[in-house]
Amino acid sequence: MARLPKLQTQFIPILATLATFLLLGLMGSLRYTGFLSPGVFLNLVDDNAFLGIAAIGMTFVILSGGIDLSVGSVIGLTSIVSATLVEKHHVPPGVVIPLVLALGTLLGAGMGALIRFFELAPFLVTLAGMFLARGIALMISLESIQLTNPFYQAVSAFRVPLGGALGLPANGLVFLGVLGFGIYLASYTRFGRNTYALGGSDSSALLMGLPVGRTKIGVYALSGFCSALAGVVYTFYTSSGNASAAGGLELDAIAAVVIGGTLLSGGSGYILGTWLGVLILGMIQTAISFENTLSSWWTKIIIGGLLFAFIVIQRSVIRPSSKTA
Amino acid sequence: MNSIASVLLQMNGIQKSFPGVLALDQVNFALRPGEIHTLMGENGAGKSTLIKVLTGVYPVDSGEIILHGNRIEPRSPADAQRAGISTVYQEVNLIPSLSVAENIFLGRQPFRKGLLSPFKILDWAAMKSGAEAALLRLDLRLDVTLRLDSHSIAVQQMVAIARALDVSAQVLILDEPTSSLDVDEVKQLFQVMRRLRDQGLGILFVSHFLDQVYEISDRITILRNGKLIGTYKASELPRMELIAKMMGKELADFESAAMAAPRRVTGADLPQAEVERSPKTLLKVQGLGKLGSLAPVHLEMKKGETLGLAGLLGSGRSELARLLFGIDRADEGRIELSGSQQSEGLSLSSPRDAVQAGFALIPEDRKTQGIFPDLSIRENLILAFQAKKGWFKTLDLKAQYALVEHYIKAIGIVAASPEQAIKTLSGGNQQKVILARWLASQPQLLILDEPTRGIDVGAKAEIQKLIVSLCQQGMAVLFISSELEEVVRVSERVVVLKDHRKIGELKGTEISEHAIMNAIASHSDPELAAAGTSATGASGGGGS
Repeated sequence: MARLPKLQTQFIPILATLATFLLLGLMGSLRYTGFLSPGVFLNLVDDNAFLGIAAIGMTFVILSGGIDLSVGSVIGLTSIVSATLVEKHHVPPGVVIPLVLALGTLLGAGMGALIRFFELAPFLVTLAGMFLARGIALMISLESIQLTNPFYQAVSAFRVPLGGALGLPANGLVFLGVLGFGIYLASYTRFGRNTYALGGSDSSALLMGLPVGRTKIGVYALSGFCSALAGVVYTFYTSSGNASAAGGLELDAIAAVVIGGTLLSGGSGYILGTWLGVLILGMIQTAISFENTLSSWWTKIIIGGLLFAFIVIQRSVIRPSSKTA
Repeated sequence: MNSIASVLLQMNGIQKSFPGVLALDQVNFALRPGEIHTLMGENGAGKSTLIKVLTGVYPVDSGEIILHGNRIEPRSPADAQRAGISTVYQEVNLIPSLSVAENIFLGRQPFRKGLLSPFKILDWAAMKSGAEAALLRLDLRLDVTLRLDSHSIAVQQMVAIARALDVSAQVLILDEPTSSLDVDEVKQLFQVMRRLRDQGLGILFVSHFLDQVYEISDRITILRNGKLIGTYKASELPRMELIAKMMGKELADFESAAMAAPRRVTGADLPQAEVERSPKTLLKVQGLGKLGSLAPVHLEMKKGETLGLAGLLGSGRSELARLLFGIDRADEGRIELSGSQQSEGLSLSSPRDAVQAGFALIPEDRKTQGIFPDLSIRENLILAFQAKKGWFKTLDLKAQYALVEHYIKAIGIVAASPEQAIKTLSGGNQQKVILARWLASQPQLLILDEPTRGIDVGAKAEIQKLIVSLCQQGMAVLFISSELEEVVRVSERVVVLKDHRKIGELKGTEISEHAIMNAIASHSDPELAAAGTSATGASGGGGS
């Protein structure tokens, strides 16, 4: 009996996330017909795929006790580089996509290396990365470039048939794939567990002989990869490349991670929680659009309120363990 | 008979210098298998440096480390661990937010076998049973799936030891492991240490507590100022001689000094009559308590009196200090301060109020609650003074220096300059700066929570002397310490706490270590014992 409350404390944030998710779904379906239909749900997954992929990368960074502000800019850079190479230089997509993924990963690894070797604050390094990536993207093209390549058209139109008129779009599929891989990485690999350890206490992790430096760089490389992949998904989603795409998306990703129950101080959280967090953000957006009369800025207000609530919940979870006799 | 031939670890002519300091000077050290070997020395003697050299944190300048006949050159703690040297530190260096099982296996987790998958998958079930087995080696049974920080510090330390052993250690270094444990927990740890020694492990132990050192050690090596003084059999080294060697004094000098030192303020310095003639009550505490923290306590303190608070770790000593200083808000009771004519008593709802009322608290945890490590001695020192004065009334630099110089001299802070960052000082000197900080605000009541923890014997004696002289100047001191011997020496009255309530008060000649222990031992309240929090939880965890 005595162990039950202890177990619960660590699960409070994720349970709160789940409760919020269910409550939103319930409220939505009571108010609007068709809110919880499979079609709306599939749209939710599809519409938020690029945010979700970036947020899963961000979850690893936050679990390790860091932050990555470059996410949105890397998406913009990836999308414009892809579009330019494909449309202007006629490089086949089969070459372009691996190339931009490598580019994002390298950028992330570079920032991770700076953070590791010069012991710099992640906030500042990734802030610099954010300006750098966005600047390069805008140098390449100020105009948005339409993607007419048949491959991109085909991917946009692709659906995994789910019976009836329903189908899971490619973007949603990539999102779910990243989710599965993220869960595997976080819970079933040494890299994932080292990430948790790093966020729990990096000095202890070092003294325990864990590969702290390698993990740190790996986490930022992973986030860079996820951002680039999100950028690729963005080009599928919009059939275009745009240097100013996803401005400020890193902040939405951070919000999704925190609402998903990951402690901003690192060391505790779940990938699945982030997935729920992303869906919660998407659901709020859907609800606002169902409510025709409301301004879409209400989305931000509600997300703000939710964030406050979740930060308070996090505080209450951290407190008991910091109490000493 | 284990002759010199069976040496597990040999360190020869170890030399290590830092800019301006020769930290280790031609130090030799030998550890045999199946022995507990204690490293002793004052702060700055080179104990930590020797351990850090051994565990690969620092490279040596010259000298060699031989483990099992092979020369090793560990470059990192991980390197040393692979070679078979594991360390458990005073602060538990594990990940509090992960489970016990995971902490034991981090970095070397087993993978699931027989899976037809391109990916390797961690085997959580094997980790759970492996962790249980590793803890069983220490005779410890606990739920390894719980978060590490849901267990007491003592259990966390055992987990750290279990991890160290499971990595297949031949040499186990325990660096001040007992500092944050209570008596029962120390016993439990010692049982484990003896068990491991009997299994043939070489244990290198570091502790400031003499009683513990003599209880557990087979041999003792003494360092002083980076030099090896010698290695002795614990049974053949009298305590006085050990202390004398650590302090670098001749035994005879030391004994005469100890005789001359005032045993107690009332006994030696102030005539008994004078104390009784001036029983000016400074402070009356009536029924001060807080649910779940401290049962209502009555206390009275006179001007110029040292009141000792004795009790086991977790008995409510620190809680009382926190209530008095307004850090925690009391549910009930009141504090009356003489001079202030408030009949309804003082309401201390924050430390700020307490400072205004003339209270000062030196908290238990110097590193996290006391010092601002990157600020200079001067800046650390004037903080409380400034706070009392008001933040906008500036104190010119000249006056600041005068103040700092005064205290550096008055209480003997050893520092190169007032502008030296406080983190570069030794523990004892840091504590003196904190003491000076509060003295500068001229408090009426000084609350000292474990002021001598983790500082060396010499500095300890100086701080004790300082307390006595402060009382002579009319300051009242509430003295909290885990070391009974110290409480007895310093206090004129002793309040004994147990299980979060006051169980007795001793004064004058009644005070002795024996009397205090007797009070704690004889007072048993089954109902309370069942409700006891940290102490019972820990012993229950190990005894089951």
